[in-house]
Amino acid sequence: MSDQSYLLLEVIRAPERLARLSMADWNRLIPQARHALLLGKLHALILEQDLLKVLPEKPLNHTLSAYLASEKQHATTAWEALKLERALGSLEIPLVLLKGGAYIQAKLPVSTGRLLSDIDILVTRDRLDEVEENLHSRGWRSSKQDSYDDRYYREWMHEIPPLKHITRGSFLDVHHTILPPTAKYKPDAEKILADIREVSPNVYTLSPVDMVIHSATHLFHEGDFDHGLRDIIDLHGLLIHFSDNEPGFWEALVPRAIELDLINPLYYALHYCQLILGSEIPDFVLKQAEKGKPNALMSGVMDWLFMRALRPDHPSCDLPFTSLARSLLYIRSHYLRMPLHLLIPHLTRKAWKRRVAENKQEATAGLP
Amino acid sequence: MTSRISDFDIDHLHALLKSSGLFLKTGPFTYRIRSSVRSVAEGLFLLYGQNRFFPEMEFVDFDIRLDSPNSLRRRFRPKLDFYFDHQTPFKPLPISQAFAFLEWGMNWCVSVHMNQYLKLHAAVLEKNGRALVMPAAPGSGKSTLCAALMLRGWRLLSDEHALVSLHDSHLIPVCRPISLKNKSIKVIEQFDNKALFGPLCKDTHKGTVTHMRPDARSVELDDTPVKPGWMVFPKYIVEGETRLTERIKETAFLKAGEQSFNYSLLGAKGFETMSKLIEACDCYNFSYSNLDEAVETFEKLSATAV
Repeated sequence: MSDQSYLLLEVIRAPERLARLSMADWNRLIPQARHALLLGKLHALILEQDLLKVLPEKPLNHTLSAYLASEKQHATTAWEALKLERALGSLEIPLVLLKGGAYIQAKLPVSTGRLLSDIDILVTRDRLDEVEENLHSRGWRSSKQDSYDDRYYREWMHEIPPLKHITRGSFLDVHHTILPPTAKYKPDAEKILADIREVSPNVYTLSPVDMVIHSATHLFHEGDFDHGLRDIIDLHGLLIHFSDNEPGFWEALVPRAIELDLINPLYYALHYCQLILGSEIPDFVLKQAEKGKPNALMSGVMDWLFMRALRPDHPSCDLPFTSLARSLLYIRSHYLRMPLHLLIPHLTRKAWKRRVAENKQEATAGLP
Repeated sequence: MTSRISDFDIDHLHALLKSSGLFLKTGPFTYRIRSSVRSVAEGLFLLYGQNRFFPEMEFVDFDIRLDSPNSLRRRFRPKLDFYFDHQTPFKPLPISQAFAFLEWGMNWCVSVHMNQYLKLHAAVLEKNGRALVMPAAPGSGKSTLCAALMLRGWRLLSDEHALVSLHDSHLIPVCRPISLKNKSIKVIEQFDNKALFGPLCKDTHKGTVTHMRPDARSVELDDTPVKPGWMVFPKYIVEGETRLTERIKETAFLKAGEQSFNYSLLGAKGFETMSKLIEACDCYNFSYSNLDEAVETFEKLSATAV
């Protein structure tokens, strides 16, 4: 993966290169990192390499700005977690954090400099109504006013429509299972909830293996790869951390993915971590994970698609056919979520609605 | 090696904006600006003539472009998109608002990205080596007052952003044109016929908007920070008397915090910097309707510089 344009990945793989960048290099690196939501992470890398004093000040202003924003987001997340724990605690339900929120509360190294857009939590389906009602009474409201969107989420998704807090403006995704009920793979959320880890009183994260499997599942079922590289870097960071700190992690990983019917996304995660970031994964794990590998033709196609889509969405990073690859993966993600007789009407409806929305858009939204 | 934008003629500037772009330096920031729109070239030529630009590539803080989206549908409804790093953070606007759109976009770049400063929504001017910081919500008469003071010899640091250094709470200049809207435009025209305006943009979401050129000395000193001196909260009151009253620092602190883009984001560092800033300032409320009297009041105030 050494093509000139993809500077961001080069410095992530070899941070010592940072000290040798020209101004023209910085002019490519900063926008690439910004688009990939990795500016804060880049700053964390610079701090880790102790390069703050030697690098030019102007580009550092941008990494520092994002790093400070991530620190603020982490403080906000901790505050929201406290509030959510109170809400769920009042129902005697544990607060189970997923993804970015979990990395922050568990103080995992992957969280350093990481930006996040919302908080994700997991509750069992049978308590979902109570949770939603309680959150509503504490100021959390659905951000989807449209009845079609609302129904789409409730009937076909693994989460309820995103909630937004009326005064604090924070976003919250409440998941009740791992994948949509219509999805090809059928992981059992109960099994995952049976194995959660407490990080502070009544606040939980998934177990280390489940955290990796969950992160992999989401990345490889996503239709939107805007933050694909960020997610692969998360996975890589989790693998390194658990490999060093969690005895028995590698032995448990693949058997657990098989048990959860999620070996296919785990295979992709391990494969692309290795291919893109050079993650060190024990041979026996790779061998075990082959169970999730598609046939030779499909493997070739998937490599072609993912090696394009997992680059920052910035013109300087595009390979030939990058946008085609993104479109195909968008369709694939829906296909994995829904059978075709549901999918086609849904995508048609979405495309039509987008057009209508464009025509009546508010011209000045967001301008200072 | 840098030159001034006024070294160009307008056709050259337009050609440059259409091709590799203009590398414009303003205060601590470098913008790369591209646009095929003629009024953008005209506005930049008129209002940024004293600014420096870089003929060669150096580090670009904000890579921006103002152009029509390449869609057939748009051909019948000519609108412009503002691109920042190839993304479009805003909805398109009509071509007639091009220059105002550029200025708003340039402000936005600073407002949402640069957290190496404590940023207040404020006008900042300098006299006798001390900075006058005027934080205010839109509609309070901040820009009108700012324009009048500049026309009477105060040095302009910014009409929009007070950039406060996190190291010593000094004010960092980012001297760009002053944005005036609606009645203020006529008021400033009548106040001083030296005032020089850029393209007039009508029917924007803020009404009629134009921008006034900063004086050459302010642009010249665009790299020189200033020690804080006064914090004044201005308020235009129709037919109101000119009144400057002292304000206790505690409430000045809270009020300035409300007008900050990133006070809360900066956490402890923001608190520390704001404390130093307020500590170094004499704080006042100011209400006015008559600009000559207002200028006179600030003249007297500037004599208290220590």
